[in-house]
Amino acid sequence: MYLKYINTSFLSNFYKYLHLPLNNFFAPIYPVSWFACKSMSKLWKKYLLWFAQEHVEFRYAEIESLLSLFNIEMKYEQKPQNQEPFWLVEFSSESDAKLLTSRSVSLRKCLELWGHEKSIDLLHSTVRGKSGSFAAYFEPSKSFKIEVETVGRHFTQQEKVAKLEAFDYLPIRGPVKLKDPDVCLQYIEFYGTRTVNIPTTPYEVFFGRNVASGLRQLLKKLSLKTRKFIGNTSMDPQLSLLMANQAQVNSGSIILDPFVGSGSLLVAAAEFGGYVFGSDIDYLMLHGKTKPTRIKQQKRAKDESIKANMKQYNLGHKYIDVLINDFSLPFWRDSMEFDAIITDPPYGIREATERVGTEKQNYIVSDEHLPTHVPAKIEYEIPSIFRHLLIFASKHLRLGGRLVCWFPVFRED
Amino acid sequence: MKLLTHNMLTSKCIRGVSVGYPLIINATEVKVNQTLFNSEFVSKLIPKVDWPVLYNAAESIGHSEDLPKEAPNDFEQNEEFLKKAHRALVEIEVISGNLVCPESGRKFPISNGIPNMLLNEDEF
Ligand SMILES: C[S@@+](CC[C@H](N)C(=O)[O-])C[C@H]1O[C@@H](n2cnc3c(N)ncnc32)[C@H](O)[C@@H]1O
Repeated sequence: MYLKYINTSFLSNFYKYLHLPLNNFFAPIYPVSWFACKSMSKLWKKYLLWFAQEHVEFRYAEIESLLSLFNIEMKYEQKPQNQEPFWLVEFSSESDAKLLTSRSVSLRKCLELWGHEKSIDLLHSTVRGKSGSFAAYFEPSKSFKIEVETVGRHFTQQEKVAKLEAFDYLPIRGPVKLKDPDVCLQYIEFYGTRTVNIPTTPYEVFFGRNVASGLRQLLKKLSLKTRKFIGNTSMDPQLSLLMANQAQVNSGSIILDPFVGSGSLLVAAAEFGGYVFGSDIDYLMLHGKTKPTRIKQQKRAKDESIKANMKQYNLGHKYIDVLINDFSLPFWRDSMEFDAIITDPPYGIREATERVGTEKQNYIVSDEHLPTHVPAKIEYEIPSIFRHLLIFASKHLRLGGRLVCWFPVFRED
Repeated sequence: MKLLTHNMLTSKCIRGVSVGYPLIINATEVKVNQTLFNSEFVSKLIPKVDWPVLYNAAESIGHSEDLPKEAPNDFEQNEEFLKKAHRALVEIEVISGNLVCPESGRKFPISNGIPNMLLNEDEF
């Protein structure tokens, strides 16, 4: 179990992130020696993982979850520093690097590393010295492009062009192609992550071949700004996708969010191939009849719903059902088994923490009131919510399945 | 509500109800939506689904069609069967009506395809 702090500014509160791989209790024993000798015969190559500087606390958990989901072996060249956007790693095959990167939300790109030095001059002399070994990528039939990126310091377009032209010595024979070239080379100067006292020369310089890109473009596609149905507590798409990755959602997974609200976690799970179920105590929310969330909207559209969101993203076939239900009174049959439970339970900040119940003794709803009776609610204390979640997960999660949820903590600072 | 969901629902948390399964379906509107078939997903469901309950549910709302009464043992290789199962499990949808507890007769209304399983404070 990892416990991590995150500063979620958009939630106006600090939460601790709770990530419970329930399979820890039943960890299988691997024949370690067999793995060791198998790896020795492999050809390990250096790669650079280039992360976006957002939600940096979640990187490690995301990458580790994906490595175990896909059974990929990755070696760390250097212990990753949490704040720095670059990790030096090794894979024994390019397909592993591609598989990992193309499912990651934190990653911008993965490069096969051709050069990594502490100064610009050193980098060029290294790359020049090795350029013969990259001949296969320089053939006349292969179109190419070189991208220049300076991280942590701004340069004008002109200055960047000069940095690009410094690679003139590469014996490239193919034509330049800016859109979808066969070979995309990437040059990066890294000036650190601080906003003051930025150095004039970079700390590190990288050059390599782009192997795969992460899922940053999904963030725009799933943006809450353009989503049909949102609620006051809709989860940010990036965090939703990170949760779905930590939950190891894959094609055909069966997923439940028992505090589903407007269903933003289900969108992320369905995007990765999950079939999704949700439940929530709020009738008006599931029927898309609460007060509009968007300030400019007078009235909600007639057909706002979680299902409509799924259709908006062409994920309609991944939507199974949502139900109105109080999580403290479960209704699932014992044999119902989920591959993952992904949820953001209520904390009583933007939504009620409540369950059906009454303090009154022997209370009975009279027959005359029954047809229109709205069940009375009592406080659903946070410890009970989490106790119920763990009991529920132990019953309804498949062996090795994960419960990924948020956990509120009050922080002194 | 899809019949897959119906297959997994009980009303056992009502006070005095011991099994609460299967819930009776009184449908006033039923739709069939063709959706993408995924054999891996459907064959994963078969061992979890109570097949006779699925068959009876489909029949009770007039959609048993050519659904077999029993699931074959070789279901994983039997694509024709899996497609029929797919249709029954996730393509047939009860849009409105009631689910009824088989023991207490308590009705759970379904509207816009969403069942309301909320109990009153004096029912559990
Ligand atoms: C933080 S919100 C979840 C928001 C959701 N992730 C979304 O994208 O909109 C918590 C949800 O829990 C629901 N809830 C509160 N008490 C509940 C209970 N006892 N059983 C089920 N749901 C409950 C609230 O109605 C609310 O929609």
